[in-house]
Amino acid sequence: MKYENYIKLEFPSKSCNEALARSVAGVFAAQLDPTIEELGDIKTAVSEAVTNCVVHAYPDSIGKIMLRCRILQDDSIEIVVRDWGKGIEDIQKARTPLYTTGGEDRSGMGFTIMESFMEKVTVRSRPGEGTTVVMTRMLPRRKRGR
Amino acid sequence: MKIQTKYADGMLLVYLSGELDHHTAKTILTEIENALNRYLPRQCVLDLTGLRFMDSSGIAVILRLQRQMKQMEGEMWIIHPGSQPGRVLDASGIDGIVQVKTLESEKSK
Repeated sequence: MKYENYIKLEFPSKSCNEALARSVAGVFAAQLDPTIEELGDIKTAVSEAVTNCVVHAYPDSIGKIMLRCRILQDDSIEIVVRDWGKGIEDIQKARTPLYTTGGEDRSGMGFTIMESFMEKVTVRSRPGEGTTVVMTRMLPRRKRGR
Repeated sequence: MKIQTKYADGMLLVYLSGELDHHTAKTILTEIENALNRYLPRQCVLDLTGLRFMDSSGIAVILRLQRQMKQMEGEMWIIHPGSQPGRVLDASGIDGIVQVKTLESEKSK
């Protein structure tokens, strides 16, 4: 599908960039005139995906994270979070609620929250090569306002 | 992320403001755990009035604290979550484990 606008951001997997990433996604999504709740949902989903990169993709080092947001022609927002890190052995297991490889500091709810707050979430990964998470959500308010 | 604690009559009140995510979670958890170990309260109340944002890292913090309160045979409460933190609490199903009180749930009584 064609897109109306996009931004692409690259940053190192430092935890201080989690807030940066969700702010950027939020500011970009504002073009679609979302409600406060929709904006919160998008920022939360981005926060979860980026945190997964920081915690799991690069557990012992700092690596690259790419965030790309696009506004598609059907008034949906598509968000891609990509890393070139550790990768996921079993994607289905990783997406199980409460499952985590991160020990007792993690809740295992990252994917659950992404799936609750975005309409579609796809995950592609290869161990040793990295992971790509694509999330989309319709934000039709702008269309209704026209 | 700002944190303020107050202790009186067996209750530890913790005021959180700002954003609770993976980056801020460890510091917050350490501060609250220090306060729990210092005061050994019967109740720990997290007041989220000033909390603008929380993700699942915040849920992990809450679960850790709830486990500690349970070990101490105490109670844990979450009060006044705002819109976004409230949605994350709902999505996590945590209100089956920790008492969550909002202004709405108080008014409806």
